[in-house]
Amino acid sequence: MKVEVLEGHHFLSGDVAVAEGAIAAGCRFFAGYPITPSSEVAERMSRRLPEVGGIFIQMEDELASMAALLGASWGGKKSMTATSGPGFSLMMENYGLGMMTETPCVIVNVQRAGPSTGLPTLVGQGDVMQARWGSHGPYETIALSPESPQECFDMAVRAFNFSEKYRIPVVVLMDESVGHLFERVSIPPKSEIEVIDRKISTDKKRHIYEPDDDLIPPMPPVGEGFGIHVTGLTHDERGYPVITAEAQEKLVRRLVDKIRVHADEIIDYEEFMTEDADVIVIAYGISARSARRAVIMAREKGIKAGMLRLKVIWPFPSKKLRELVEKASHFVVAEINNGQILVEVERAIRKEAVFVGKMGGEPHRPDEVLKGIEEAVK
Amino acid sequence: MARIELQIGGFGGQGVILAGLVIARALSLYDKREAVFTQSYGPEARGGASSSGVVVDDSKVDYPYPTKPDIMVIMSQEAFTTYFPKLKKGGTLIIERDLVKIDGKPEGVGEFHSIPATKIAEELGNRIVANIVMVGFITKVTGIVTKESAKKAVLEMVPKKVKALNEKAFETGYGYEEE
Repeated sequence: MKVEVLEGHHFLSGDVAVAEGAIAAGCRFFAGYPITPSSEVAERMSRRLPEVGGIFIQMEDELASMAALLGASWGGKKSMTATSGPGFSLMMENYGLGMMTETPCVIVNVQRAGPSTGLPTLVGQGDVMQARWGSHGPYETIALSPESPQECFDMAVRAFNFSEKYRIPVVVLMDESVGHLFERVSIPPKSEIEVIDRKISTDKKRHIYEPDDDLIPPMPPVGEGFGIHVTGLTHDERGYPVITAEAQEKLVRRLVDKIRVHADEIIDYEEFMTEDADVIVIAYGISARSARRAVIMAREKGIKAGMLRLKVIWPFPSKKLRELVEKASHFVVAEINNGQILVEVERAIRKEAVFVGKMGGEPHRPDEVLKGIEEAVK
Repeated sequence: MARIELQIGGFGGQGVILAGLVIARALSLYDKREAVFTQSYGPEARGGASSSGVVVDDSKVDYPYPTKPDIMVIMSQEAFTTYFPKLKKGGTLIIERDLVKIDGKPEGVGEFHSIPATKIAEELGNRIVANIVMVGFITKVTGIVTKESAKKAVLEMVPKKVKALNEKAFETGYGYEEE
């Protein structure tokens, strides 16, 4: 293969596509511990990264994997790991360290059904809130949710771009179904793929955490004479620990705000037949493909249904939902968990939505979502 | 043509996953259709029930799994019990004649085809290509995919040293005359 970008048309699984997207985005470091249903990501990276001058390490566990990602990123490489529920849980401590130290990296979580080891080979979407709040403390996150191998490729690129631009660990929140299904993936020439690299400090006198006007500090390269101190403790702009409420307010407020002020650039969704819709289904990942069919079935029955598909889950598009609630009377949420995005939807629309949940193991059949639509308009 | 669903069921080790993947790849990359491939299998690598699904449509496939397959290919008795009831009424049933024992065409089936794919593969030199014999046969009797595309996908997806054997398997399955 030996190409940096696998240009052309390919028939790939979501897991392989997300790996190719990462490489196209410039990822040159992967550390991970293989776990079903994400193992194919690691497998692909182990073959591909050496071909493009990158490094692949199979770590002893997921705690170390996440730590290696942060180290590699400070060392100047775009770094990624891939995991699933149990591994994602183990990564949470260093996920928070990545937030606090503003370290760009990408975590692919191919969700299976939990809690705990749950159903290793079968689908779940139960890690949505974990991606948002899984590590302790206040922070803002970015998580994307592809519905197809094509989007796995595209969103891997975007995930790296977001992580580099906003200096934050970004989660690609896949699910087993999307990870394992095969579909055509069309990859443009390298020159047509937008790749964003982090801002680099050039002024050695500048404090390493001094932000620009966009609230994002340029990142100093390690080993080139910059005074670098990286800590998970609350720190000042020099990176030195300062254990006061004032320092905490200043730093963590900025960590939250640097995402909030850019939320409109990050948020992305697809509206499917929402224009005249009376009932709107909110879904993401594989559930959106079930919901899309359900919407078509509902239309055939004369019900004005539509779908809002979340391509970016975090930040959540509250503003869009508040717009939709002005036009549509009913809302349905379809996801493979016990109601996670449901909470956000109901908070945004300020009323109840019909919930079509599954505990995991299989995606919704379209008729299950249709039933929810019919219940909503009844 | 609207949405068509194909499901191939057998036991692990028979190559039903590769058979589905070949057809889906051929449809997607060479026939330029919108096609999705999915699979399901038990925890055992070999011997457990195993099935692959191909859904093809004119526009992007929404729900990617077969719901009421239009075409059902069955390569073991257990798979027949598990998957046959899902076949759409009036749909096409294709069986591995020696591994699925049924008395002729079951009720509710439209087209019915059978082929001793494993025996043919053994005669060609290796039973491992029974799945590719079946791919050739599916290509011929259903017309779901063009012959050129299917053959191209087969040759791309099998190891170099067994390309010739697989090509022969595909051609033999394609040319098989039912009794």
